[in-house]
Amino acid sequence: MLQIDGVTKRYGDRTALDEVSFEVGDGRLTGFVGGNGAGKTTTMRIILGVLSADSGVVRLGGSVLGPADRRRFGYMPEERGLYAKMKVAEQLVYLARLHGVSRRDAEASTTDLLERLELAERRDDTVESLSLGNQQRAQIAAALVHSPEVLILDEPFSGLDPMAVETVLGVLHDVAKQGAPVLFSSHQLDVVERLCDDVVVIANGRIRASGSKQKLHDDNAVRQFELLVASDAAWVREMPGVTVLDFDGGYALFEADDDEVAQGVLRRALQLGPVASFAPRHRSLTEIFTEVVK
Amino acid sequence: MIIADTRANTFAQSAALVADREVRMRLRSKAFIISSVILLLAVIASIVAGSIVGASASNETTRVAVVGDSRPFAQVPSLEITEAGSVADAEQLVRDGDVAAAIVPGDGPTGIRVLALDEAPGDLVQLLSASPEVTLLEPADQNSGLAYLVGLGFGIVFFMAATLFGTTIAQSVVEEKSTRVVEILMSAISARALLAGKVIGNTILAFGQIVLIAAAAIVGLMVTGQDALLGDLGSAIVWFVVFFAVGFVLLAAMFASAAALVSRQEDIGSVTTPVMMLVMIPYFLIVFAWDNDLVLTIMSYVPFSAPIGMPMRIYLGTAEWWEPLLSLVVILATTVLVVLFGSKIYANSLLRTGARVKVLEALRG
Repeated sequence: MLQIDGVTKRYGDRTALDEVSFEVGDGRLTGFVGGNGAGKTTTMRIILGVLSADSGVVRLGGSVLGPADRRRFGYMPEERGLYAKMKVAEQLVYLARLHGVSRRDAEASTTDLLERLELAERRDDTVESLSLGNQQRAQIAAALVHSPEVLILDEPFSGLDPMAVETVLGVLHDVAKQGAPVLFSSHQLDVVERLCDDVVVIANGRIRASGSKQKLHDDNAVRQFELLVASDAAWVREMPGVTVLDFDGGYALFEADDDEVAQGVLRRALQLGPVASFAPRHRSLTEIFTEVVK
Repeated sequence: MIIADTRANTFAQSAALVADREVRMRLRSKAFIISSVILLLAVIASIVAGSIVGASASNETTRVAVVGDSRPFAQVPSLEITEAGSVADAEQLVRDGDVAAAIVPGDGPTGIRVLALDEAPGDLVQLLSASPEVTLLEPADQNSGLAYLVGLGFGIVFFMAATLFGTTIAQSVVEEKSTRVVEILMSAISARALLAGKVIGNTILAFGQIVLIAAAAIVGLMVTGQDALLGDLGSAIVWFVVFFAVGFVLLAAMFASAAALVSRQEDIGSVTTPVMMLVMIPYFLIVFAWDNDLVLTIMSYVPFSAPIGMPMRIYLGTAEWWEPLLSLVVILATTVLVVLFGSKIYANSLLRTGARVKVLEALRG
């Protein structure tokens, strides 16, 4: 488990990170969400040891991280980049070896990854000659080539075409399945919602919420229901304990004082005619996010 | 998925990997190969040219016609004598261009007169003149014209190699910043290891080039039969190579740290200019003050000019045996200091992209 504990970082008078604490569980895909300048990249850089924190520590498996542990991290920085004039495979082998992998293992792992990322044919092309999509794949390969035990990805999906997103997803799941903590940041909240086991929300350098996706939903749940009936649903307004938020012919979105009231609405609807659908409304992560960040 | 055997690299292993990449990428660059070959050819050409000029100077003979007793002149080695029956015959030979000049009996104190076409034959007159015996109280070890050329040679080679590889190292630092690959590198190895690897890699290349040039110069001198020159120059060249190795590490660390302050290739010039000056000043000094003992002595102890100044003094024979060693200690100490400061600037600037980083900010962190 990766633990970020009370990390603070200041740039002059500005506090970029204020006592940031959260956890990334083993084998859990953790989404790190926040607006621009919220502190995601700074946090990730501190986890990787590329930046040093003013206070606070990062622990892996209970012990404070040192440079040697960080060699086992896979990192995809927000600012993408590889050596433009180096060949893809050569570059991956080099990066793996910088992480302490032997030449033989580095070559085997490179071949394996390029195969999986469908880049095998481009192995001897220079990075600058690749298409943008393939450059992204090469970048992902660079984060994975040394078989990292922890994966930190800064905006891994930005700029990816839908096919590449699926490929990357597959790879992330594979890594998480092996028990590695995976932390990735994203602006695309729908992607985070679909993918993540856990979510960490950061705003202005402070953690606003963290925990499992389910917990985030539960914590921010509202008692809202959607009803769709064949006939006119105007009668919902007259039900006691019900506030209608939206209404359109047979459709009604309402807030109920408690679950029993909601069940009462459903019973009444069934008495009046066929019910096309009745369901509690789940708020999307985007809605929760905007509220949590406020 | 292949589970690789991951173990943390030591500092030395990381630096070696970086150095290895630097060397391999450079050797793949056509521009580098071509500029190296040109530099090498220039050195060989200057040695061959030197030998040709030297040879023609020593073998040149003057054809003269002599009227009367030619025996005294036959002893003068560079004269080719044609005996002429009369002054008129001799004059005709001169007019026809068969001989450069004619020596005929004359009335003056020497008893001879020289006939020439349109210009007084200075060489001949000098040969025939009686020179007073000269004793030098403090003879110079070396011919002054040659000394100038030797100084110029050291200056040019150092200047060329330092700017060539200094620029190379600066570009390679900025390349990593501008392509942002540096963040991945820094998540794997320390900035110090990265800097060390870069400096070592480029020093190996520069050193290899210098050794190649020195070897070409030595072989060239032997093949063209200028062994005598080699005797004087040999130890100076060896010291030059030693000083170059240390001096280059110093410059490379400065170039790398300076380049780390900027994020775009276009901005390299603005930060490396001060370092470039440090390379250029010794070059101009050796060109303009190669025969000034004081300047050379100072140069031989200032770390940036010692790689030119000290070998020059060794060649001129004005350095005591311990002086190169002392100067080497000075330059080594400076190098250690510069590398320490430089690596701090380097480490603190690498992740700052965008505007140029100020040196003081980089030192503070």
